[in-house]
This record gives sequence, C-alpha cells and structure tokens, in this order.
Amino acid sequence: MIEEVFATGDSLMHRLDPRVRILAALAYSIPVALVSRPIPMILALVLSILITALARLQVKALFKRLIVVNSIILLFWIVVPFTFDGETIFEIGPLAATREGIIYAASVTIKSNAIFLAFLALVATMPVAAAGHAMQGLGFPVKVVTLLLLTYRYVFVIEEEYNRLLRAIRIRGFKARTSLHTYRTYAYLIGMLFVRSWDRAERVHQAMKCRGFEGKFYCLTQYRVSLEDIFFSVAMSVGVCAIGMTEWMIAIH
Amino acid sequence: MDDRDTLIQLKGVGFSYGDGRAVLSSLDFTLLKGQRVGLIGFNGSGKTTLLHILMGLLRPSAGVVRLFGKTVSKEKDFVEARRRIGFVFQNADDQLFSPTVIEDVAFGVLNQGKSPNEARGIAIETLEKLNLKGFEDRLTHRLSGGEKKLVSLATVLACRPELLLLDEPTTGLDLETCGRIIEFLNELSITYLIVSHEYDFLVKTTREIYSIQKGAVVYNGDSSILHSHYHAHPTGDILHHHEQ
Repeated sequence: MIEEVFATGDSLMHRLDPRVRILAALAYSIPVALVSRPIPMILALVLSILITALARLQVKALFKRLIVVNSIILLFWIVVPFTFDGETIFEIGPLAATREGIIYAASVTIKSNAIFLAFLALVATMPVAAAGHAMQGLGFPVKVVTLLLLTYRYVFVIEEEYNRLLRAIRIRGFKARTSLHTYRTYAYLIGMLFVRSWDRAERVHQAMKCRGFEGKFYCLTQYRVSLEDIFFSVAMSVGVCAIGMTEWMIAIH
Repeated sequence: MDDRDTLIQLKGVGFSYGDGRAVLSSLDFTLLKGQRVGLIGFNGSGKTTLLHILMGLLRPSAGVVRLFGKTVSKEKDFVEARRRIGFVFQNADDQLFSPTVIEDVAFGVLNQGKSPNEARGIAIETLEKLNLKGFEDRLTHRLSGGEKKLVSLATVLACRPELLLLDEPTTGLDLETCGRIIEFLNELSITYLIVSHEYDFLVKTTREIYSIQKGAVVYNGDSSILHSHYHAHPTGDILHHHEQ
C-alpha cells in the first residue's frame, strides 16, 4: 500500500539527519509557495532539481510520480487560462485565453513542481518511521506523531483485512454492478472494516498496556547533527534567502 | 505454602459477557513459582477470558484475583502486577505496533524507565537469544507470520517478566516455527502458563495440563506420561490404544 521506493539509498540526502531534512523541506516550501515573480520561481525550480539530483532517486519512479502530479496540474491548464480576466491572446470558439491566465497557470506549474521535487528529495528519502521520530525530535505534538506511526503500521493490516473480505465476497460469485445489492455489499464491506479496525485498536491498546504503556511514548532514536547536516542547512538557507531576495528586489524596482 | 511463591491465585472467579452469557463460573486456579502449566479448552471455553482477567483487561463479576500474593482489583493494582507479567497475545499483529522491530522490543523496556541506550542493549540481547540477530531494523509489518510471533515473544521477554502468559502461541504457525518456540520455551527458566487447544504443543512445553470445562479449571494430569507417549509414536495419527 505504501511502497517507500525512495526511502533507502546512500546519497547525501539519505545520510542527512531526518530532522534537518524535514525542517529544510518546510522552510523551503513555504517561501517558494509565496513568491510571485518568474525569476525567483525559476531559481527555486533549479534549486529543487539540484537537490533531487543529489538524492539520486530512481529516474523511472521519479518520472512516474511527476506524471501523476502534472496530470492534476494539467486540469488547471484546461480551466485557468480561459477563466482569468485580462488581455486575450487566442480564442477557441467562444473561449478566450488570457495572458494573465497563462502566466498564472505557468507559475502554479513551476512552483508545484519545485515544491514536489524538494519533498521527494528531502522527505521521501526517509522511511515513514524515521519521519515520525524526526517529527517527535522536532517537538511536533505526540498525538500527531502517534497517529502517523500507528496509521502507517496498521494501514497494511487493514488492507489485508480488506483483501480477505473482498475474496470472501468474490468467492461467492459477487460481481460489481449498478445495483442496490452491489451498493449494500460495499457498504457492508466498509462497515466491517471499521468494526474490525475498532476491535483491532482495542486489542493493540490492551497489548500496549500489558507492556507498561501509560500514555507516554519514549523515543528510542537519538539523533546527532553531523558536519554534512550543518553544511546542508547553510546551503539551503542561502538558497531560500536568494529566492526571497530576488523576489523582493524585483518588487521594489 | 509461602505466599511469595504463589504467583496466581484465583478463587471463585466468575465472568459473564454483556449479553448475560456466563463464560467462567466459580473458577479456582493456583499457579506456583517454577510451574509450567498448560491450559487446554475448546473455542469459546473462556481460555482467553481467563488470561485477560489475570492481566486486568477484563474484570471478573465474582471472586478474588490474587497476583504475587496480593489481591488485585483496581487498575492501579494491575498496573503494578503487569510490570512483572509478560503476556503474549494470540495475534502478533496486535502486539507489534511499532514500525520497526527494535522499537517494539524496546517499547516495554523504555516504559520501565530505562534509558534509550540501555533499552537498545536489552532489546538486541533479547533478539539474539531468540535467534533473531539482525532483525533490529526490519519493518514489523513485512515480517512473516512465524517471525512476527518470535518477535512478539521477544517484545515481552525484553521486559524480563517473572511470569509468562501465552495465549494460543501456535495459531497459524508452521511446524518449523512451532519447533523453535518449543525449543525456546524449554530453555526458559521462568514460570509460565500456556493456553492452547493443541494438546501436542502443551505436552512438549509444559509439565502439568489443566483443562477448562464448563467455566471451571480441571486438572488433567502430568504431561510426562503424555510426553513419553509422544516419543513412542512419532506417527501419532495411526489409530492405537493404551492401557494405563
């Protein structure tokens, strides 16, 4: 269900402290989402491509993900250029594409890709478990971290349960149609998953209590910041500042 | 009988589910230090219910539960008793909730207040004892059924309990993993109570076998008789008859 294809590797990105990477991803993506001028946007895209290259991700898997993201962005291109007010550039029948609309769609495309690549290179390069611990190390609320880690652990169990139920239904000749019977069967299936997940949660909690759990999680992982982490943090800060500065410089001119 | 050596003492324990169905009624049971007891019973006979009562996960509707010589009735009493009892759940997926093996094994140890370094050391040591060296960073959900069971045993043993309770430890396991568990249990020096519906498994891991019938515990006999029986007939599925 969750493949984590990028999680293992021995690139610079994989070696960096997960806490540094999560912080960098956040500190980078927020300003990038806010810039409005073409030069800082392109600068961000170049920086993102650079760190993606440093992460040495599997090219095929990387493009597969980029296609998914950009096919959603494609929907923007169908709608936005024709619905924005502004100077008309070309017309298709009654629809008029505006200059402003095209610029807007282009900026969404560049910024989304830049942020997406940065997250792939920085966050997708760690296992979900490590991300959880890093978040705990950064002082994220314990409940959020617990929710993330337990969801990650049990989503597989629930998937397995779902497949078991589906098999049981199919074995008895069930075929999905547009009928009340189909809807009812699916409703039962989902209902059953909820009930089982609830029961499971109760048993897991019991098992945790039996091992002395009293509501507080203790973290096993101890992190140490290395020289590479410091260099990377400085480089990222410079990059973020450069993007911010160019935006600001263009704005005052 | 010294009170300190009586780990479990149940007197007249009864339990009914919400729908009024009585599972256990006036049940008496005692477990002494050093004993290895098997408890056999059909599905729905109340075996798991009994274990859950011992761990304080269910409260009996009647009777007295004494653990380590003290009467336990409130959550607070059980919190204390749970530190000394290791409970292996029937389903390993319920037991293993952490993403990685090492974290799960260290979980109980960390709860005991040990430092992360100490906990890591104890966890690795426990895994080695169970021949699970190198499993530390494996993801729990990607383990096989047998591996999950062995790891869940490790998670409980890492807490160094004085008493071990195992609920249907062989459910869904292949012969090889079963063999490993049998071997391991025989090497253990702690007191344990195993609940199972598999006679063969109990014969190989326990000295005394009780059965749970009509909500009460009945003594069946010394498993050594059954033990020699097992060795005499490696192909036990051939129909045969014994004289006492």
